[in-house]
Amino acid sequence: MIKVNGLHKYFDDLHVLRGIDLEVQKGEVLSVIGASGSGKSTLLYCINGIEQIQEGSVYVDDVDVHSKATDLNKLRQRLGMVFQQWNSFPHLTALENVALAPQIVRGLTKAEAKDIAIKQLEHVGLGDKFDVYPNALSGGQQQRLAIARALAMDPQYMLFDEATSALDPELVGEVLDTMRVLAEEGMTMICVTHEMGFARDVSDRVAYFHEGVVEEIGSPDQIFVDPESEHTKKFLAKVR
Amino acid sequence: MFEYNFHWRPVFRSLPDLLEAALTTLQVASLAMTVGVLLGFILAVGRMRETGVIYWFATTWVELARNTPALFQLFFFGFGLGALGLHLSPYLIVLAGLTFNTAGYLAENFRGGFEAIPSTQLRAARSLGMNPLQAYTRILIPQVMRIVYYPMTNQFVWVVLMSSLGMLVGYRELTGETQFFASKTYRIFEYFAVTAVIYYVMVKVILVLSKVFASRFFRY
Ligand SMILES: Nc1ncnc2c1ncn2[C@@H]1O[C@H](COP(=O)(O)OP(=O)(O)O)[C@@H](O)[C@H]1O
Ligand SMILES: [Mg+2]
Repeated sequence: MIKVNGLHKYFDDLHVLRGIDLEVQKGEVLSVIGASGSGKSTLLYCINGIEQIQEGSVYVDDVDVHSKATDLNKLRQRLGMVFQQWNSFPHLTALENVALAPQIVRGLTKAEAKDIAIKQLEHVGLGDKFDVYPNALSGGQQQRLAIARALAMDPQYMLFDEATSALDPELVGEVLDTMRVLAEEGMTMICVTHEMGFARDVSDRVAYFHEGVVEEIGSPDQIFVDPESEHTKKFLAKVR
Repeated sequence: MFEYNFHWRPVFRSLPDLLEAALTTLQVASLAMTVGVLLGFILAVGRMRETGVIYWFATTWVELARNTPALFQLFFFGFGLGALGLHLSPYLIVLAGLTFNTAGYLAENFRGGFEAIPSTQLRAARSLGMNPLQAYTRILIPQVMRIVYYPMTNQFVWVVLMSSLGMLVGYRELTGETQFFASKTYRIFEYFAVTAVIYYVMVKVILVLSKVFASRFFRY
């Protein structure tokens, strides 16, 4: 379970997260929607400890993410993260991209890491691209590579930060399909997304972010069909 | 009008000595390059901090190395330190001068290389649980090496050629050796012509080897 309590985050004077309370249960898919600049990415970064926080707490299972005693490198093996910019490592083949971290972070043997990489690349539909370098892959393929790379760490949670926003429209579908498969397999996911169709179909719950707070959270029907907040209504009217 | 008579025989007789001196040149240049790469790397990291004592130390080094004549830098390690009572051997003067100069130039290449890599690469590596050392050695530095590889090759060529300044501080590398024979025999033109050919061949070999290595190392 991911548990966020009274979280405040500042960038210098800029108060970006203004008291976030959030729980994500095992197996749950939570979509986070909201205007750009409302703090969605920052929340994900606070959950895996890329950004520090000024107040409140974040727990991943029993681990206090922002405690000094926490080994963040170990924690991050439990939290797969996929960014908006596809970050393939250009000097490594697809297979090496996926196998590297299992080998040097998880400490698996080369052969074990390779087996996992093969499995995860096939999982995301890149079974014919093992020896290809990222510059020969499309944006959608590179983003699926990034997903396979995260999955190879055998994470308990996956955090997606607008995984499809930087893609050409015709490539969005293949990445969303991959995320859908993960959701069906029971992966616990937090998906920051602008894809309202995806949020509605795949999520167990949807959170609407407004200026650093969770303005409204509930089932997809509740948020998309029957929102309570005026801010939510306005936002949804705009994105439709 | 043109009354100079060429005499090549003395040059060919001392060819073994010249080739041995060429090896000396390669040896001091290689060592200066190796140490220069390490120091240049450290200076680049120091410069990326953008403040503090380390930043200013690195910046001063880079500025002096790049904006004063290489010869003056050699003289500093020779006559400059000599005036302060620290007398280095000609070999050490050349090695120190070349290393100082090379580290300064490479530092800027390396810094440019790091800046050319999107910060998202580091974030992606860290999000997979890599510690900073792993992220740098496995993800960032290989990409920087690719970017700075040809500038580094050029720098090495430059070091080989620049080592000829060694002659002026009494070091018998290839140019020093050539000068020694030339003034002994007065066949100045012949000696320096042959030595020019030796330099040319050395540089060409370095450039070809560099290409061969590149096609091995950089597969993307
Ligand atoms: N590293 C940073 N330094 C300063 N301000 C930042 C930084 N990252 C984000 N911000 C600011 O924090 C706010 C929230 O950003 P972000 O979390 O990226 O929003 P979202 O993902 O919802 O678009 C924005 O105003 C943004 O400019
Ligand atoms: Mg964002």
